[in-house]
Amino acid sequence: MLNTIYQLVAPRRIDLAVQDMPVAPDALVVRPTHLSICHADQRYYQGMRDAKVLAEKLPMAMIHEAHGQVVFDGSGTYKAGDRVVMVPNLPVEERPFQAENYIRSSRFRSSTADGFMQELVVTSADRAVALPDGIDLDVAAFTELVSVSTHTINRFDAIAHAGRDSIGVWGDGNVGFITALLLRTRFPETKIYVFGKNSEKLADFTFVTATYLITEIPDDLLVDHAFECVGGAGSGDAIEQIIAHIHPEGTVALMGVSENNVPINTRMVLEKGLRLYGSSRSGVADFRSTLDLYAQHPEVPAQLARIVGGVFDIRDTSDIATAFADDRSRRFGKTVLHWLV
Amino acid sequence: MNFAAILAGGHGTRMGATDKPKQFQLLGERPILVHTLEKFALMDEFERVLLLCPVEWVEASRDLLKMHLPAQSEKIVVLAGGATRSGTVQNAIAWIEENYETDENTVIVTHDSVRPFVTYRIIKDNLEALANYDACDTVIPASDTIVVSEGGTEIDSIPLRSTMFQGQTPQSFRLLALKEVYEQLSGDEEAQLTDACKAFVLRGRPVALVNGEPFNIKITYPVDLRIAHALLGQYE
Repeated sequence: MLNTIYQLVAPRRIDLAVQDMPVAPDALVVRPTHLSICHADQRYYQGMRDAKVLAEKLPMAMIHEAHGQVVFDGSGTYKAGDRVVMVPNLPVEERPFQAENYIRSSRFRSSTADGFMQELVVTSADRAVALPDGIDLDVAAFTELVSVSTHTINRFDAIAHAGRDSIGVWGDGNVGFITALLLRTRFPETKIYVFGKNSEKLADFTFVTATYLITEIPDDLLVDHAFECVGGAGSGDAIEQIIAHIHPEGTVALMGVSENNVPINTRMVLEKGLRLYGSSRSGVADFRSTLDLYAQHPEVPAQLARIVGGVFDIRDTSDIATAFADDRSRRFGKTVLHWLV
Repeated sequence: MNFAAILAGGHGTRMGATDKPKQFQLLGERPILVHTLEKFALMDEFERVLLLCPVEWVEASRDLLKMHLPAQSEKIVVLAGGATRSGTVQNAIAWIEENYETDENTVIVTHDSVRPFVTYRIIKDNLEALANYDACDTVIPASDTIVVSEGGTEIDSIPLRSTMFQGQTPQSFRLLALKEVYEQLSGDEEAQLTDACKAFVLRGRPVALVNGEPFNIKITYPVDLRIAHALLGQYE
């Protein structure tokens, strides 16, 4: 099938290309309708990745957070018109003890495969999850991002000790908001503390036990476990604070991406017997788990509607440029694209 | 109920030195018309997709569909086109009326087989335009200045470019309304008709505009095929 795709060919330059994509008899063809911009897309778009990385990856269609409507499903799983969230992780093999998102051979849309900025997405029924009726379609656009927090919390639940009196979330951005919200819902008896840099943003965390500016954390405040949702240049400082404010034997989830190596005070990690684990991306099971949570706790998508920032109708490449520029100027919130190309 | 009619009746007289009609020439690894048919055949909105081609290409077309679109070949019906474009469209109407009950909600989306880059959005917009109209035409704003010359040697007038659009396809219609305007055409009018929308315009009936795309090109001349390959990233 001839398919029009919108590829980043150089920083801040998107060009249209047509690809002849084979549609296997059991393929799933989805019309993307709602897309959401991730920081990773913004880094590609602004050319903030290493030149060698950009040279290897471009041209590439961006966006790995999206849902759409089924056009054709040869497998018979879905019918035309069904709304499905598309899973960007594309495993090519199964491996024991390795989740699909950690298998090194897996491809990932908007990183090692074309993302969702396409007229139609050719995928397979096992890479899609049905959206429940009545869901806020703008919130559903960033289900993938929420599923990453779901994945991290599911792993936390499996490995962290049962002392769950308090959990600290470092980071007052989108990932911090989503992670704190999911923790609040999953562990209603647990005190949830959020640590951030911006009091205006922290004020939006209305559902947690307390918020603190990172410059004003009481010395005697200690948490049982912690989630690092900072990333970038702030990663090192956040991890240092976590180590200082966590009880011995606590578990620390590392979720923030950094382009540089991050120094960690291993002496104190050893002395406190801490467990640090990395978590990245998600798989189909995490999407399902996230949508089940939305169904059981409608207050979660309702709260997430508050982080929908800019919403843009996209009809051509200049609309894409406008949306990315606005997203970059926004300190908080998700940019949602209504895909009308 | 919606039907697509892919018009492949041309003999490719403008395509240069080749015996094969242009719609059967390869674009990438498959004939141009196979690409065009596939987009429509995948869409659940269409009950059947009719391919109207030169009578001597009917059997070959069926073979090509079995080869290239086996999963969709049941949905696609291959028919002989007429001597003219309107004759071809009327063959499609006749087949639909013979095989299905038609009513005011029966829709026919006609499309040039040599416009393989038509997008899902354009097709959907055509179908949606018919919620309020009996006919719609896919167009893009004219990028070149249009010059009017009756004699072909001197300019008669130069219309304001902002009011000029270039016609593409699809052109879509409520089937019974299209049949009605065809029946009202005089012999002269029908002979000059290169465009089904014009049948509505001649009768003073409204035709909605749908936004096309600059790349929804018609592969007419050899240079168009080169452009098409370039769009596909396959420079010859």
